[in-house]
Amino acid sequence: MMDEEGVKLTPEQRKARRARSIAIGLALAALVIIFYVATIAKFGPAILERPL
Amino acid sequence: MALVDTGSAKDAGVRLSEAMPGDYFALLKPRVMSLVVFTALVGMVAAPATLNPLIALIALLAIAVGAGASGALNMWYDADIDRVMSRTRQRPVPAGRVTPGEALAFGLVLSFLSVMTLGLLVNWLAAALLAFTIFFYVVIYTMWLKRSTPQNIVIGGAAGALPPVIGWAAVTGQVSLESVILFLIIFLWTPPHFWALALFKSGDYERAGIPMMPNVAGAASTRRQIFAYSTIIAPLGVAPWLLGYVSAGYGLSATALGAGFLWYAWQVLRMGDDDRAMKPAKALFAYSILYLFGLFAIYLTDTIVMRLVSGGV
Repeated sequence: MMDEEGVKLTPEQRKARRARSIAIGLALAALVIIFYVATIAKFGPAILERPL
Repeated sequence: MALVDTGSAKDAGVRLSEAMPGDYFALLKPRVMSLVVFTALVGMVAAPATLNPLIALIALLAIAVGAGASGALNMWYDADIDRVMSRTRQRPVPAGRVTPGEALAFGLVLSFLSVMTLGLLVNWLAAALLAFTIFFYVVIYTMWLKRSTPQNIVIGGAAGALPPVIGWAAVTGQVSLESVILFLIIFLWTPPHFWALALFKSGDYERAGIPMMPNVAGAASTRRQIFAYSTIIAPLGVAPWLLGYVSAGYGLSATALGAGFLWYAWQVLRMGDDDRAMKPAKALFAYSILYLFGLFAIYLTDTIVMRLVSGGV
């Protein structure tokens, strides 16, 4: 099996990696929400009614 | 505690981190960031214009992240001296929880994101000021001045003093005299604040080889300079009232706070050379934080109350 090879993570490393992944995910989601909300705030809801 | 796996990971030539998100958050210097956010908020509220509340919140967040990014870059560069100072040796990089390379990457990415976000969503003057603040703190202060001159925190203090100007620029797209006065208050507050700390932590700075004023000019000269700066900061704190930006309520409060600053600085001036406990220096350091928070809190309250009274809100 492939997972027999490669780097083995200790439980602490696995836990830290999972926590960091969640933090990065949340930060990216926050950035998306910030730009979404800011677009609406700057252009208003009428942004969807503009001619393309 | 093993922070880097010495088993299979080492054999594979890979460093596996045990850094938690909290360690990265510590790189942002959250306590410094709180003062930055607060003073930027005062600059934004004092500005004679309005900004969409959501955009204002995003501006504040971008300023906070930019300030945090410069803190991370500072910790990347200063890891060697942070390791030998009792006050800083538990920081994530010297403690081994985060590698210098990780701190550098983290700081650079956040610097870029914060400046671009502020520029794209608020305005480019505010973004340029934030970029300048990060550059000034990291390159001018951390890399150059900190290790080369006892005037390091005097000049470097400009970086910490800029947030209210950035806040003001975020709302108005301009820089005004009022925002420059707020800048000057923080700028001239910085030397007595840091020299009070440097007096009772001079051993730390000596070990790290940082030319802080007490190590270079001596404790007596530092005490005199602290008092000299205090005689400037006390009346400068009252200046916004004298210039008509805020009410007499602020003026009286700022006078009282300034008198307190002078009193604590006077106690430091009278402190003997053989004083090992240095209680007056510790008291001035604590009071200086209270002074700046207090002054800006009163400025904020006064501005809001004046607007409410005049029907401007």
